[in-house]
Amino acid sequence: MKHETINRISFRQRLSSYRNNPLSFLLLLLVWCAMAATVFILLFIVFYILVNGVPHLTPGLFSPVYTTDNVSALPAIITTLLMVGLSLAIAVPFGIGCAIFLVEYAKKTNRFIRYVRLTTETLAGIPSIIYGLFGMLFFVIALKWNLSLLAGGFTLAIMVLPTIMRSTEEALKATPDAYREGSFGLGAGRLRTVFRIVLPSAMPGISAGIILSVGRIVGETAALIYTAGTVAKVPENIFASGRTLSIHMYLLAGEGIYTDQAYATAVILLGFVLVINFISSFITRKITKGQD
Amino acid sequence: MYKFQIENLNLFYGSFQALFDVDLNIEDRCITAFIGPSGCGKSTLLKTLNRMNDLVEGCRITGKVLLDGEDIYYNTDVNLLRKKVGMVFQKPNPFPMSVYDNVAYGPRTHGIRSKAQLDEIVEDSLRRAAIWDELKDRLRRNALGLSGGQQQRLCIARALAVNPDVLLMDEPTSALDPISTTKIEDLVQELKQDYTIIIVTHNMQQATRISDNTAFFLLGKVIEYGPTENLFSMPRDKRTEDYITGRFG
Repeated sequence: MKHETINRISFRQRLSSYRNNPLSFLLLLLVWCAMAATVFILLFIVFYILVNGVPHLTPGLFSPVYTTDNVSALPAIITTLLMVGLSLAIAVPFGIGCAIFLVEYAKKTNRFIRYVRLTTETLAGIPSIIYGLFGMLFFVIALKWNLSLLAGGFTLAIMVLPTIMRSTEEALKATPDAYREGSFGLGAGRLRTVFRIVLPSAMPGISAGIILSVGRIVGETAALIYTAGTVAKVPENIFASGRTLSIHMYLLAGEGIYTDQAYATAVILLGFVLVINFISSFITRKITKGQD
Repeated sequence: MYKFQIENLNLFYGSFQALFDVDLNIEDRCITAFIGPSGCGKSTLLKTLNRMNDLVEGCRITGKVLLDGEDIYYNTDVNLLRKKVGMVFQKPNPFPMSVYDNVAYGPRTHGIRSKAQLDEIVEDSLRRAAIWDELKDRLRRNALGLSGGQQQRLCIARALAVNPDVLLMDEPTSALDPISTTKIEDLVQELKQDYTIIIVTHNMQQATRISDNTAFFLLGKVIEYGPTENLFSMPRDKRTEDYITGRFG
């Protein structure tokens, strides 16, 4: 017996159905254009950077020492990694801890919570240059940390704290209460319930927040230029100054004679972001494996 | 000796009173059914028995609840109480982890670490919940992939794994199909030999099929309580009769 598909709509049928409904045809055109424009702009930027940058990805760009003759990006790459590690090491425990308190421990009717939430939302919307200014006045000058990785790391940690907190909070709230009830019902305490049941199931949301933060840290210049400084060396310790890739690129582009190298650095940054996204989706898949 | 003695229990959610002067004695190793229309307080009463109401903000309780003669609201370790008084929820709620880890979660919580001992508990609990044969080859698989009926029996196994005295079941079959329901009812009958079981149900046939005693609730009050046969064949209260004959509710 031959099976004939009966639920297929031909292109002509679809067109004629739009004839009766010109408004929805217009809408279709609009969303299609929006999609095309977005994809085009994104591809154009990536393509433009690659075309201008890839030819200048020379081995010299990865030599361990930066000189005026050879503007190596390697110190900046290493500084970027250090900065990401340092900022996250500060922001992640605080952010997650605070979110756990807000969702799992504090009473829902507590007025204090409302203020905390208002504060974090405000913090999330502040332009990063203001964090930079604060970091300079407080960490660099008042605490006498000078221009250093530490000062930059703390400044960025404060900057991404709201992001990590909010995403963790949302992820914890999205965890079904049935899990908590099940755990309490077996005689588990709150601590065990949070760490064994709630946090693991909220992990994808939390890691999404962390990845977002990594993106902001890698891309940040304004908050760093007056806190971590611009020294183009691999920092010897956390009290030394160092420039991240974004700052490196900003300075190269600004100096006017290293435009090619700036493009090459942009390619490296782009690669960074790609790798981060890849790792994050890999981790998320690992954690959620078998959950659905 | 009664398993639970509930004396003059009143319960408030904020200013709303959900239970009025409840006096109820639950017999050991029997199945007691709580029936009544939605919102009559039967689930609320169930949750006072293992203090799950502690988790509800603004919940205030007066009166006494004795378990084996001891007041569970006075100087009790809540976690130990909940180990002793297990609970099965309306919607199956396995944790998002493997079948094995689900069952082992309770024992691990209470300090059992040895692999051999855990293996034994897991197998024994799954056997008691009559689901070992179905799951023995899938212990490492995620529990969320099981069918609803299997999930609920897994939750029963999980509750049994901490070796409780009492099993509270809050409409355990209302989310399940008739075949799974039958399996769970058979299982409950089986478990009665070793455990005191209190089951909240909307289904009056279910109450008559499996329970020894039945309490009928209406608007936060216990209207009638007695052996299931008597309550359904010769209800003493007019309201009970109206309810079980389907005239309201």
